[in-house]
Amino acid sequence: MAKRIILGAVAVLLVIASAYASFYIAPEERTMGVIQRIFYFHVGSAWAGMDAFLVCFIANLLYVWRRQEKYDWLGVSSAEVGLVLTTVVLITGPIWAHPVWGIWWTWDARLTSTFVLWLLYVSYLLLRTLVEEQDRRALLSSLFGIFAFLDVPLVFGAIRWWRTQHPSPVIMGGQGSGLDPTMKKVFFFTVLAMNVFAGFLIVERYILEKLKHEVDILQREAEA
Amino acid sequence: MKNLDSVFAAYLIGWGVFFLFYLTIAKRTSDLRTEIERLRALLPRGK
Repeated sequence: MAKRIILGAVAVLLVIASAYASFYIAPEERTMGVIQRIFYFHVGSAWAGMDAFLVCFIANLLYVWRRQEKYDWLGVSSAEVGLVLTTVVLITGPIWAHPVWGIWWTWDARLTSTFVLWLLYVSYLLLRTLVEEQDRRALLSSLFGIFAFLDVPLVFGAIRWWRTQHPSPVIMGGQGSGLDPTMKKVFFFTVLAMNVFAGFLIVERYILEKLKHEVDILQREAEA
Repeated sequence: MKNLDSVFAAYLIGWGVFFLFYLTIAKRTSDLRTEIERLRALLPRGK
C-alpha cells in the first residue's frame, strides 16, 4: 500500500513538473507559437501508450507460453491504460491540428493507423466481455493482443515511410530532423513523467483484476 | 496569446480523461474490497 502511494505521489509530481516545464521552460516554437506546447503532452501520451501496449504484448506472449493468470491480468491492465492514453492522443491531436492545418482530421497514414490501433484495443477489451470461461477468455484475448500489437510498428513507421499530413518525426527522424536542445530535454522529461504515470495506472488496474479473481474464488466457495 | 484556449482545452480534456479513468478504477476497487469482506463473513471461519 505504501509503495503504491509513493508511486502515485511521484507520478503526480512528475506530471505537474512536466506540465510546468512544457509551459515555462521550453521555448516557444517560431512558426506555430503557443499551440505547439500541446506537442509535449500529445507525443508524451502517445509514447507512454505505445509502451503500455508493449507491456500488454509481452504479457500476452507470456500468457500463451506459461498459461499463468497473472500475465492475463497484466495484459488487460496495460491494454486498458494504453487505450486511455491513445484516446487522449486522438483528442489532443485534432485540437492541435485545427489551428495549424485548418482541419480537425484527415485520413493520412499516421492518423489512420493510430485510429485503427485504438479500434484494435477496444476490440481486445470487447472480446474479453464475450467469452465467459476464464482460461479460454485469457487465451483468446492474448492471441488477439499479439495480433493487435502488429499495428504499433506501423504507427511508428507511418510518418517515416509515407508522406503524410502529420508532421515528420523530430525524434529518431534521421537527417534534417531534430529539436531545440531545451525542447528535447522537456520532451524526454515529459515522456518519463507520462510513463511513470502510466505505470502507476497499470499497477492500480492490475490490483483491481487481482481482486476480481479473489471475489470469483470466494463466490465459488460460498456457493459450494 | 493566440490559441492559448486550445492548449488549455487539450490539457484540461486530457487530464480529465485520466482523472475519470483513475476514479473508475478506485471505485471498482473499493466495491470489490467491500464484496470480499461480505463474502468472507459468509464463509465458515478458517477459510
